[in-house]
Amino acid sequence: MVEAAIFQGLSWNPVTDLRELFTYPFMVNALEAGTIVAVMAGVTGWFMVLRRQTFAGHTLSVIAFPGAAAASLAGVPLAVGYFGFCGLGALALAGIAGSRRSLSAESAAIGSLQALALALGFLFVSLYHGVLNGVDSLLFGTFLGITSGQVAVLLVVATAAVSLVAIAARPLFFASVDAEVARAGGVPVRLLGFGFLLVLGLSVAETSQITGALLVFALLVTPAATAHQLTPRPLLGIALSISLALAVTWLGLALAYFSIYPVGFYITSLSFGVYVLVRGGRALRSRRRATAGLALEAA
Amino acid sequence: MILGLLPLAAGSASVLGRPPGDSKGRIGYLPQRRSFDTGTRIRGVDLVQLGLDGARWGIPLPGAPSRRRDAARVHEVIELVGATGYARQPIGELSGGEQQRLLIAQALVRRPKLLLLDEPLDSLDLSNQAAVAALIRRICEEEQVAVLLVAHDINPILGYLDRVIYLAGGGAIEGSPEDVITSGTLSRLYGAPIEVLRASDGRLVVVGQPEAPFVHGDRHG
Repeated sequence: MVEAAIFQGLSWNPVTDLRELFTYPFMVNALEAGTIVAVMAGVTGWFMVLRRQTFAGHTLSVIAFPGAAAASLAGVPLAVGYFGFCGLGALALAGIAGSRRSLSAESAAIGSLQALALALGFLFVSLYHGVLNGVDSLLFGTFLGITSGQVAVLLVVATAAVSLVAIAARPLFFASVDAEVARAGGVPVRLLGFGFLLVLGLSVAETSQITGALLVFALLVTPAATAHQLTPRPLLGIALSISLALAVTWLGLALAYFSIYPVGFYITSLSFGVYVLVRGGRALRSRRRATAGLALEAA
Repeated sequence: MILGLLPLAAGSASVLGRPPGDSKGRIGYLPQRRSFDTGTRIRGVDLVQLGLDGARWGIPLPGAPSRRRDAARVHEVIELVGATGYARQPIGELSGGEQQRLLIAQALVRRPKLLLLDEPLDSLDLSNQAAVAALIRRICEEEQVAVLLVAHDINPILGYLDRVIYLAGGGAIEGSPEDVITSGTLSRLYGAPIEVLRASDGRLVVVGQPEAPFVHGDRHG
C-alpha cells in the first residue's frame, strides 16, 4: 500500500501515535522549537504582510542561507550565522528603505541584495569542499537534532522579539497603515521601520532553523496572509495568524515524523492549502454577493 | 511647519499660543488625499481609533475604563461625520467620499482646536465635494474647531469661508472672501483675466484660474 510506504511507523491509532510523538527527546525539542517559532512568525508575519514587506522578508530569508553556510564553514553554531547575517541584512534593508528612493528602485536594490546573498551562500558551500551534506537541510529545513540549548536560545529571542512588537504594536500599526498622519502625531515612523526590520530579521533567523532558509515563507507569510484575508480586525487577525502557524507546524512535524518526506514540505503544503481555501472561499462569497446585488437591482 | 515637522526658513511662528510642534495633540491633520486601494484590509473604525491612541506604546488592557471611553469617543466622532453605516467595513472597499469622511473623523477624534486639511475635496465627485464641504463647515461650528484648509478648486467651499489667502505668482492676498474674491483683485494677483460671477442664488463662482491658487479659510469658534 502506498500510505504504508510513506507513513512508516504510523499505527493509525491516534492515542498511540500521539504518545509516540512525545517519546523521543529530539521530537519533544522539535515540537517545542516549532511552537516558539510559530508564535513568533505569526506575530511578525502579520505586520510584515500589513507593511507589504514580503519581498524584504524573503530577502532576509535568502540571507539566512549564506549565514548558515558561513557558520558551518567557520565551525561555529548555525544560530550564530543565522542571527549575524539576518541582523546585517536587516541593517542593509533599512538603509535601502531609508534612502527614500522610489518604490521600484527600492525593490530592485532589495533584489540585488538577494542575488548577492544566494551567490555568497553557494560560495561558502563550495569552500566547504562538499562535505557539507546538510545543504538541503539549510535550504529546506530539518527537525532532527534540535538540542535543548537551541530551544532555550529560540525562546529567549522569540520572547524579546514578541515583547518588542507588543510594546510598539499601536504605533507600528499606525505607521504601517498611515505613515504621514502617524508622523504628524509624533510617532517615530523611521525608527519603527528600522526596528521592525531588525525584529523581522530575528524572526527569519529563528524560523529558518526549522523550515530552512527557502521555506521561511510557509510560516512567516502564508498564515499571516490567510489571517489578513479572514479578518480586517487587528487583534483577531494576529491571533488567527498565530493559531494557523501553530496548527501547520504541529501537523507538519507529526506528518514528517511518521513519513519519509521532509518537514518543510508538509508545513508549506498545509499552509498553502489553507490559504488557497480561504481565498477561494472569499472569491466565491463576493461573487455570490455580487449576483445577489444584481438580482436585487433587477427586481 | 505648523505641526513642527519642518523648520522655519526665517522669522518666528506661534501655533495656538505655543511654538510649532508643542501642540501636536491639539491639531488634527489630514494630509493630501491618501487613497486606500481595494486590497486594504483595515476597518475604518480602527483607523479612527489610531487617531486617538495610535501614538501610545504598549497594549491596552481589555475592559479598562480608558478603553471604553476611547471606544465611546470613536463611536461619537464616526456618528458626527455620518459614517456609522460603513465604519466596520474594510476601508479599501469604500468609496472616496466615504473614506474621506472616516479620515476627517480620524483627524477630529482627539478634539483638536485646529484642523489642518490638505485638499480635502480632491478626487471626489461633485456631490461628494458639496457634502464634505458642508460637513467640514458643520464640524467647525459644532466641535468649536478652527479649520485651515488648502484647495485649488475654490468653488465648492466658497460659501463656507470666513477668511481666504490666495497665493500665486510669488504674491499673496489675505482677507474676507468678499474683499479678496473679486474679478479685479484676482486678475491683478494672477496677472491674467479672472472672472468672479454671482450665481442666481447669490453664490460666487470663480472662473478662468490659470494655475492652482492656495486658499485659506478659517473660523475661530
